Amino acid sequence: MSETSPSGGHGDHGEHPPHLAHHFDTPEQQFASGKLGMWIFLATEILFFGGLFVAYSVYRSNHPEIFDYAHELLDKRLGGINTVVLIGSSFTMALAVRFAQLGQQKKLVWALVITLVAAGGFLGIKAIEYEHKWKHGLLWGEHYKSHGEGEHGEDAVHSEAETVSETGTETGTEIETEIESETEISSIDLSAPGPSGLAKPDAHDAHTDTHDEPDNVHIFFGIYFSMTGLHGLHVIIGMGLILWLIIRARRGDFGRGYFTPVDLVGLYWHLVDLIWIFLFPLLYLIK
Amino acid sequence: MSTANESSHDEHGGVGHVMPMKVLVGVFASLLVLTVVTVAVTYVDLGSLNLLVAMGVAAVKGTLVVLYFMHLRYDRPFNAVVFVSALLFLTLFITFTLLDTKQSLPDVYEGPAPALNDR
Repeated sequence: MSETSPSGGHGDHGEHPPHLAHHFDTPEQQFASGKLGMWIFLATEILFFGGLFVAYSVYRSNHPEIFDYAHELLDKRLGGINTVVLIGSSFTMALAVRFAQLGQQKKLVWALVITLVAAGGFLGIKAIEYEHKWKHGLLWGEHYKSHGEGEHGEDAVHSEAETVSETGTETGTEIETEIESETEISSIDLSAPGPSGLAKPDAHDAHTDTHDEPDNVHIFFGIYFSMTGLHGLHVIIGMGLILWLIIRARRGDFGRGYFTPVDLVGLYWHLVDLIWIFLFPLLYLIK
Repeated sequence: MSTANESSHDEHGGVGHVMPMKVLVGVFASLLVLTVVTVAVTYVDLGSLNLLVAMGVAAVKGTLVVLYFMHLRYDRPFNAVVFVSALLFLTLFITFTLLDTKQSLPDVYEGPAPALNDR
């Protein structure tokens, strides 16, 4: 298969395959160059996300209790469904590349449409998750609302994860620890050792119980929103690219001899899937 | 999953390598199974092994995606060099940053972090 019009290849001036640019000798060379460029781009993408993975690793290794506590506030079920949806879209994208290579026009368009729909589904589920977090104040920085305080927090703990609901009901004791720790912190001797003059506050011993809310849970959500947000942005860009492919595929641009755009967008889409494959356990699952 | 079928021998003659349907479906099925496994494992408390299992499963899934969905196994080796070197540098980045942060750990607060606003 894929006999790519050998007439146009070497030497024969004047006639060449319609998609072969003049600065390439053969369609294979053109294809290989495109792919190399794409792989280099993907390498930079990995390093781009790499910074966030480093942030995750450093905060997690220094303050495991934050991650231990906060990952239970994410919805494992929705995250799992999203993983399946994205893997499914990756599969249909791989099918699309195959159909393009074999010149199966209709199947190509269908595979791309299904991929696009799945990508939309992923974003939809993501939106539901984000909305939950927004409503319950599970946000970054100062926007984070502690669950120990008020009815709001208790509500959030109940709906977000059944696993922590036992502690969520003891709102009274939570508030108590909260107040206690606050007073303790303010009475810290600033001349105590440590880089910023703060010794380890005794009150925090109470927090080492696994299900008590530790301080600074907002750090987890800062990392969560950065990582899933950047990933979500890539999904949106990918959807635009797939839409572009659908339009071109319907026009009949792709066939055995020329399918580079399908292949390269496919590579990009698989990378988006690949990154999610790591984000899902890191954020939702790991204890 | 060796794929010595008719489509792989003209790899150099034509443009690109066509993935056999069987392989694609097989990879898809394995990815689904591994997803179920990685979620199921979280309900069992293996201590620190949980982290290892979750990352191991993710690594296997990632490898499947890269080798078969992204055709890297049949691609020009140089593309693999590019990809693997990116991973290598990411590993260096994470490892050395972690070494560094561990280095200064005695100066970092023991136990949970203090509240931000109480400084």
